[in-house]
Amino acid sequence: MRHFFRKKSSCEVAKDRLRILLISDRVNCSPEMMELIKTDIAKVISKYMKIDTGNMDIQISKTGSLSKRGMRTPVLSASIPILDLNKQS
Amino acid sequence: MSEVIVVTSGKGGVGKTTTSANVGTGLAKAGKKVCLIDTDIGLRNLDVVMGLENRIVYNLVDVVEGSCRVKQALIRDKRNPGLYLMPSAQTRDKSAVTPGQMVKVIEHLKEQFDYIILDCPAGIEQGFQNAIAGADRALVVTTPEVSAIRDADRIIGLLEANGFQKMDLIINRLRMDMVKRGDMMSASDVVDILAVPLIGIIPDDENVVVSTNQGEPLVGTNTPAGMAYHNVCQRVLGKEVPFLNMEKTISFWTRVSGIFHKV
Repeated sequence: MRHFFRKKSSCEVAKDRLRILLISDRVNCSPEMMELIKTDIAKVISKYMKIDTGNMDIQISKTGSLSKRGMRTPVLSASIPILDLNKQS
Repeated sequence: MSEVIVVTSGKGGVGKTTTSANVGTGLAKAGKKVCLIDTDIGLRNLDVVMGLENRIVYNLVDVVEGSCRVKQALIRDKRNPGLYLMPSAQTRDKSAVTPGQMVKVIEHLKEQFDYIILDCPAGIEQGFQNAIAGADRALVVTTPEVSAIRDADRIIGLLEANGFQKMDLIINRLRMDMVKRGDMMSASDVVDILAVPLIGIIPDDENVVVSTNQGEPLVGTNTPAGMAYHNVCQRVLGKEVPFLNMEKTISFWTRVSGIFHKV
């Protein structure tokens, strides 16, 4: 009877935790480096359009294609609010 | 053609030294000339696991510093004629040896041995760099626990970055009764996560402690871990051996109590 009411087994919990943990371990990207990437992206984009640098956000997520070792490759995504699309100065 | 194998894990206490001792002894029993090198400078243990602690005169650091010849530091095993141990220094630290010096010692040993097995220290600092420097194959030891798997993943990443082509996984201390209850990751769960070929599953076995107490590796004996290590050695030698039926490693009393558990 116990089996029907039991929550996730500790084995399942361990697997789920490891999956998330190993993605961030494998990326191994320091916050400082992320900040540098962010300012560089902002510099390039602002050549072409006016963007809100204060509210832009970049992060590494895990929704990529399958890599050689069978794990999802991490993906760098940036969300950049655009203030003016045609910057014709 | 000799093969240099590093036994590593990242995390401490998962069974690197036990694995080194048993794989080395097993290969020697199969008629190979084997040299075990303890690269854990400052915390040597392979000598006690092998039961050779009383015979140490010179060690790895003496060899590297030129205080003795390579041959003088090699200790011959009590039982297996083809097995030698190069102990590490107890009173020095990891910086006493550099990766370049390790490669030189290994190149020298390659002339006389079929297999050179390096027992790597825990961690990813200099001791690890020294141990992997001269190796061309790695055995990654892990237990089915979150912390050990995380560290193993890090080690695998570092080995890949260092150009290792041949890496195999040993899952140590598996408890089949806990796996059945859903309280321990199974071997296939661990392989799924780490994505490295599996070369051995070692059941959790009291006999390992007994054999360490006595300073006699249990490979080849009629114990669950002894048989599992024997199979690992066969696979290292390139033979195809099916994995042990782990069901048998569940003790009688665990089975009986398991029946009551379910009710």
